[in-house]
Amino acid sequence: MNINATLIGQAIWFGLFIWITMKYVWPPLQKAMADRQAQIAEGLAAAERGKHEQELAAKRSADALREAKEKSAEFVAQAEKRAQQIVEEAKGNAKVEADKIVAGAKAEIEQEVERAKQQLRERVAELAVAGAEKILRKEINASVHAEMLGALKQDL
Amino acid sequence: MSAEGGTAGYIQHHLTNLAVCADSAKVDGVCQGFWTFHLDTLLVSGILGLVVFGLMAMLASKATAGIPSGGQNFVEMVVGLVDQQVRDTFHGRSALVTPLAITIFVWVFVMNAMDLIPVDFLPVALQAATGNHHLPFKFVPTTDPNLTFAMSLTVFVISIAMGLKVKGFGHFMHEVFAVPFGIKLAPINFLFRVVEEIARPISLSLRLFGNMYAGEMVFILIALLGLYQLPLALPWELFHILIITLQAFVFMMLTIVYMSMAAESH
Repeated sequence: MNINATLIGQAIWFGLFIWITMKYVWPPLQKAMADRQAQIAEGLAAAERGKHEQELAAKRSADALREAKEKSAEFVAQAEKRAQQIVEEAKGNAKVEADKIVAGAKAEIEQEVERAKQQLRERVAELAVAGAEKILRKEINASVHAEMLGALKQDL
Repeated sequence: MSAEGGTAGYIQHHLTNLAVCADSAKVDGVCQGFWTFHLDTLLVSGILGLVVFGLMAMLASKATAGIPSGGQNFVEMVVGLVDQQVRDTFHGRSALVTPLAITIFVWVFVMNAMDLIPVDFLPVALQAATGNHHLPFKFVPTTDPNLTFAMSLTVFVISIAMGLKVKGFGHFMHEVFAVPFGIKLAPINFLFRVVEEIARPISLSLRLFGNMYAGEMVFILIALLGLYQLPLALPWELFHILIITLQAFVFMMLTIVYMSMAAESH
């Protein structure tokens, strides 16, 4: 084991290699590794955020769905109620109309009856006069008895 | 196995560095003075480092925060593992500790990994290429204490500098002379501190050197067994994968610990 000037040469080599590592090997690698670490952390955070957002969106959509269901049920109930109302209204209207028609018909019938009575009165007078004429051809004078017949017509 | 010198010669040959020095530093024609350079250690560690750190720098320059390529992913995995250790152990703020730990782990690992190439492959190939059949060449730089000491001493210097920078000169000196026994026993405190500080780089470098040297030695001994090496080399090789990784990790981990001790108050 002999120590000699090789020592100095080796120290120079060693120093040179330390310098190369310190200047050209370690800093770029360290930077790349740190950058990658940051990128991965960022990616994971983004994924976490996305997951959270997705959860929120699912919750929101469920809320919206429930709301829509509630609203539609309300609409259906309202529509049913309205239909019921319309039916009731129509029933009422129909009843009124029917009553009106019935009343109209009754009035018409009455009028008709009245008219028939009138005609009948006129005809009765004629018939009575005709009958009496036949019976009392000779002694009865129509003009003499006209007053009496008029009173009779009124009584009918 | 080289023909001449027998077993001892073979082992000796495998444990000899390719040394170059000025003639004035030679003793009996062998480089022994301080101004000797182990060309094999310098070349192998330097080329490995340039290739591996150049590759890492290239991949890092193309690094994106998006989906990483296979190469970037691998580098990030290694670097991330080291960075995790630094985060767990070192609680201060420093732009140096993580790159330092990455450099140590990666460099020591690839140098140790040279041990997994069978002991004779590269030396024989090199000898054939150069035509010099006595050319010694050690392909595992971490079996050279010059390398391990260079690294541990550099770590030592950086840790002292970090202590001074983080704590300030006054606080640092106070720790050296007044901890743990108070200022009245300053010389003893100082002695304790010196022993503690010196023990660190020595243990750090000798641990790596010893483990790799012993592992290499076992490979060499197995290679001496002729045909019998076949069933033995594989298990040791597999086991050695664990050792080279562990030693790289331990060197890196202890460096982080020393840095954190230097940056934190006792």
